[in-house]
Amino acid sequence: MRVVAGEQVLLDGIDLALASGWTAIVGPNGAGKSTLLRALAGVLAPQAGTVALQGQPLSAWPGRERARRLAWLPQAGAHGAAMTVRETVVLGRLPHRGLTGAMSAADARAVERALAEVDAMAWADRLVDTLSGGERQRVLLARVLATEAEVLLLDEPAAHLDPPQQVLLARLCRRLGGSASHTSHAWPESPTSPESRVTRPPATVVTVLHDLSLALAADRVVVLDRGRVLAHGAAADPHVAQALHAVFAGALSLEIGPQGAVTARLRV
Amino acid sequence: MRRRVDDVRPPAAASARPAQRRRLAAVLGALLLLGALAGLVTGSDGLSLTAWRADLAGGQAGWIVGEIRAPRTLGAALVGALLGLAGALAQGLFRNPLADPYLLGAAAGASLGVVTLLALQSAGASEVSGVWSADWPAGSLWQGWLLQGGLAGAAFAGALGGVALTLLLAAGALDSLRLLLAGVVVGVLLGAVADLLTVLWPQALRGRQAFLLGSTAHIGWHSLVLPALGLALALGLAWRLARLLDALTLGDEAAASLGLPLATGRVALVAVLALCTGLAVALAGLVAFVGLLAPHLVRRLAPSTHGAHLLLSALAGAVLLLAADVLARAVMAPQELPVGIVTAVVGGGQLLWLLHRGGRR
Repeated sequence: MRVVAGEQVLLDGIDLALASGWTAIVGPNGAGKSTLLRALAGVLAPQAGTVALQGQPLSAWPGRERARRLAWLPQAGAHGAAMTVRETVVLGRLPHRGLTGAMSAADARAVERALAEVDAMAWADRLVDTLSGGERQRVLLARVLATEAEVLLLDEPAAHLDPPQQVLLARLCRRLGGSASHTSHAWPESPTSPESRVTRPPATVVTVLHDLSLALAADRVVVLDRGRVLAHGAAADPHVAQALHAVFAGALSLEIGPQGAVTARLRV
Repeated sequence: MRRRVDDVRPPAAASARPAQRRRLAAVLGALLLLGALAGLVTGSDGLSLTAWRADLAGGQAGWIVGEIRAPRTLGAALVGALLGLAGALAQGLFRNPLADPYLLGAAAGASLGVVTLLALQSAGASEVSGVWSADWPAGSLWQGWLLQGGLAGAAFAGALGGVALTLLLAAGALDSLRLLLAGVVVGVLLGAVADLLTVLWPQALRGRQAFLLGSTAHIGWHSLVLPALGLALALGLAWRLARLLDALTLGDEAAASLGLPLATGRVALVAVLALCTGLAVALAGLVAFVGLLAPHLVRRLAPSTHGAHLLLSALAGAVLLLAADVLARAVMAPQELPVGIVTAVVGGGQLLWLLHRGGRR
């Protein structure tokens, strides 16, 4: 796949197969992370190559069919000034309801579950405008979750989130990706309500993250630099560690722990 | 930590918003009735029940009320509703609370339409005087009505033409900024052409100015049918498109990623907007501020998703213009102000006050 804007080649020679599970895309500013995600979401058409969803090119999918299977959270997303949290999350059901369809029981269930997954039940009826930045980010994430798509493309979902919420996000991404959270005992027990624990079929969760400590918790990591994929593999994969070192060497020290857990520390 | 935050802010009751909406709808409905009643009672001698009784005694009241005040009162409500709806549509489409119905070249187009017709007439050397004012020479009443119909048609065609030109320049309605810029360009261009025409045929100047000020004085029963049908159609279409506006609050690309037919949907929205604006302009000229203020008031008093917001904005617009129309007749009675001046002064002041209050919060 190749994406060009004017003279500038934004992405080149990208060849990725993203399976179910949680994949984190990392790389320096301007590496093309968001561009890649936008291309995957079909918001941006690559000049060469195709993005295929379940074996069929994205452009061949009818709009709503595609939107039911693939949901995209834009970076620094917008929201309505006069809408409540729940009304905003309900927008995630538009691919199912269309412009005129009524709210079905399945729609209502999906909305409540998404609200529970981001722990927003307590303020579901407040105007989004009155929330803090981190709370808004969770609302927009819930909007995407409510779609119940098999492919979730999340651009900086951790923006504005405090550390406990970042941990919840990581656990959510793992759970959505269908992997057993084998290290979950290391985190404080989450207070989410039972609705959020209902299992879904494993989703393909792709997150763009600038925080490496969060990204390294993913099942797989894609290291992107200047529009090219340097490495794609498990966090403990030596290629990934090498690529991370090549890209961030000056700023980060990487340590690989005894069980293959990678930690990154800023060199301040 | 999360718990603590939740405890500090008590969650709003889930039913608060529908109740808020119903209350606003009820209040606006009551005000609409009250305004209509005042509109029937208010004559050229101001709002006075004594005069009303004297009229009744004179036997002329039935005719005056039925043939003059009733249609113009209904007309004012119709124009207000059209503008309120158009304003809410424009603000949703552009995701900007300062957008108004005239942004897309409708005002300049309508103005040019009117000027062109007037210029053609004076070029044809027909002796029509007192164009577009309340006081037709009695003898040429039929001629006046004919001209009135022609002017309304020209204004409507001009408004639609202006919006169509804007759409053409913006290559569709997908890009908000392009659309907005094209609207500005069309406004300037058509305004310049209208200016040129008035320089060449100065007789058109008076009509143009009266048109720009906006007036409900000449609205008769015959001119109400089409706008009423148009409003019904526009309300229905707007209701169907409301969810698209809700989705657009997430941003154009996010709305597109929801699989909605954005390209056609936005053109449909612009078409409804043009229909509303064109009809309003054809009926009452360029009435200022109602399209900006009505949605703003509704958003303040009962924030809601676009379905309810569009309908309430139409209702609020009707109430606002009705009130302004009564004021226009009463303030300087027996002389009557163009209602556009009243809406500009009252609406502008109101908006300033709202912004001031909002800024202090």
